[in-house]
Amino acid sequence: MPSSVMPTPKRADGHTSPAAVSTTGLRKSYGDKTVLDGVDLHIPAGSVFALLGPNGAGKTTVVKILSTLITADGGQARVAGHDIAASPEGVRAAIGVTGQFSAVDGLITGEENMLLMADLHHLSRSGGRRVAAELLERFDLVEAAKKPASTYSGGMKRRLDIAMTLVGDPRIIFLDEPTTGLDPRSRHNMWQIIRELVTDGVTVFLTTQYLEEADQLADRIAVLNNGRIAAEGTAEELKRLIPGGHVRLRFSDPAAYRNATLALREVTRDDEALSLQISSDGSQRELRSLLDRLDSAGIEADELTVHTPDLDDVFFALTGGTDTDQPKETAR
Amino acid sequence: MSTLALAVRDSSTMLRRNLLHARRYPSMTLNLLLTPIMLLLLFVYVFGDVMSAGMGGGADRSAYVAYLVPGLLLMTVGSTTIGTAVSVSNDMTEGIIARFRTMAIHRGSVLVGHVVGSVLQSVASVVLVGAVGVAIGFRSVDATALEWLAAFGLLTLFALALTWIAVGMGMVSPNAEAASNNAMPLIFLPLISSAFVPVDAMPGWFRPVAEYQPFTPAIETLRGLLLGTEIGINGWLALGWCLALSVLGYFWSKSAFDRDPK
Repeated sequence: MPSSVMPTPKRADGHTSPAAVSTTGLRKSYGDKTVLDGVDLHIPAGSVFALLGPNGAGKTTVVKILSTLITADGGQARVAGHDIAASPEGVRAAIGVTGQFSAVDGLITGEENMLLMADLHHLSRSGGRRVAAELLERFDLVEAAKKPASTYSGGMKRRLDIAMTLVGDPRIIFLDEPTTGLDPRSRHNMWQIIRELVTDGVTVFLTTQYLEEADQLADRIAVLNNGRIAAEGTAEELKRLIPGGHVRLRFSDPAAYRNATLALREVTRDDEALSLQISSDGSQRELRSLLDRLDSAGIEADELTVHTPDLDDVFFALTGGTDTDQPKETAR
Repeated sequence: MSTLALAVRDSSTMLRRNLLHARRYPSMTLNLLLTPIMLLLLFVYVFGDVMSAGMGGGADRSAYVAYLVPGLLLMTVGSTTIGTAVSVSNDMTEGIIARFRTMAIHRGSVLVGHVVGSVLQSVASVVLVGAVGVAIGFRSVDATALEWLAAFGLLTLFALALTWIAVGMGMVSPNAEAASNNAMPLIFLPLISSAFVPVDAMPGWFRPVAEYQPFTPAIETLRGLLLGTEIGINGWLALGWCLALSVLGYFWSKSAFDRDPK
């Protein structure tokens, strides 16, 4: 199982970029349960960083520590140039946090929530009203602005949550599972919102359990498993960490299945499902030679799927055994 | 911005938030008002004649109304602060509090907003119950303006003390039900104080229970101010209780708030 950590990210010109967030040996336990067991991160300013991991891996704990909500038991961390232990106020002034559970005041309206944030950021009355109105407009909440936030749908609450986070114009934004529990449309809306955030030069630190989300949004991805960073790099780098793809043949006729196992020697057999897995990089040439061998043996499979390695494979390879879901096959 | 200016500004923002909650959702505050008002009516109109006769006031229950109202005003404070414990506990489970903790705002402002809001609600509730008392015949016995002011000050100070305790109870309670249970003494203590019957009318073994608690000296002081009865050492005792409870509640709440949230 690959467990190497990629070297510190370098810019194209070879200089290490200034870190928006950096941690060394971050540790946290609750009682005798170790949640974080030495987490090292280096996140360049102006990038999107995704912390990927299964439920209970410690993602939220990392966000809570970096956003000064809780204190670490050990290790160091700097956020926006401030040490989180020595200067939490400096950290707080630079960040915006949207937690996993909506951080809106459900008892008051969306607009009142925005004005509350404006007041707490000490904006002037007119300045606060302007910022609130702009953000409500940008996040498509104008119609709902006068309704209590508790009546909002999940997607609306999450949008209000992010809008509230943006009131203070933070340079670093933490988004803890920003799309968990959202329907596909709201999820895509949220992705669009996150992409727009980065164009303003903001650093986004997001956690997710969705591989596709990390692949779609993040410049760099770290896989957190059992309180440690199991791997870190770009999506491409991570995909290279695990062995190549395969072709899967499925049969309904046991005789054809037997013939195929004899004709193709180097296969992984699944006798119960009557399916075979053949290592392949998915290239045209390899596929043709495979099909030729099947043709010459007079074998016809009921289904042929080509599987190229994706983040799912990386995820399951790195976090092996913690999740029972099988990687999904993609017909291409 | 100076630390003090920041503290005042953020606390007043939080106070506005709490008053907005109270205005939008007045049902809990009003429900909590029912207990003292029902007890007032029950003791005056149902038990009033017996109580009045028992206390040597004759068959005219107006003497008992006068005796009862100061105690019920302070009970109103206790009852209102149960709502404080519940709303603090509710609030602490909300994500918005986590947001406040990660913002560069004055750290104490969340609690100060709750405390000031709750004291204002207590005072409003006391005025309402007081109005009911006046409507059923309570009259002060030539209290001077200064005595009225002192009475008002005592009620406010008492509200402040119980509120800080209630905030502490709310902070350490995992949910609203637990908060409401933990805050029960705030409404239970006046029942075993001198609010309904004089302490020397109670059995001897029980008197210490009634005497050594915050409600009795506060009630006796308020009676003295409004009805001209003897205050004696009760004024100082009441003041002492208020200060001690405020300080205790303040440090309790603060340490609970500064602890890492789950």
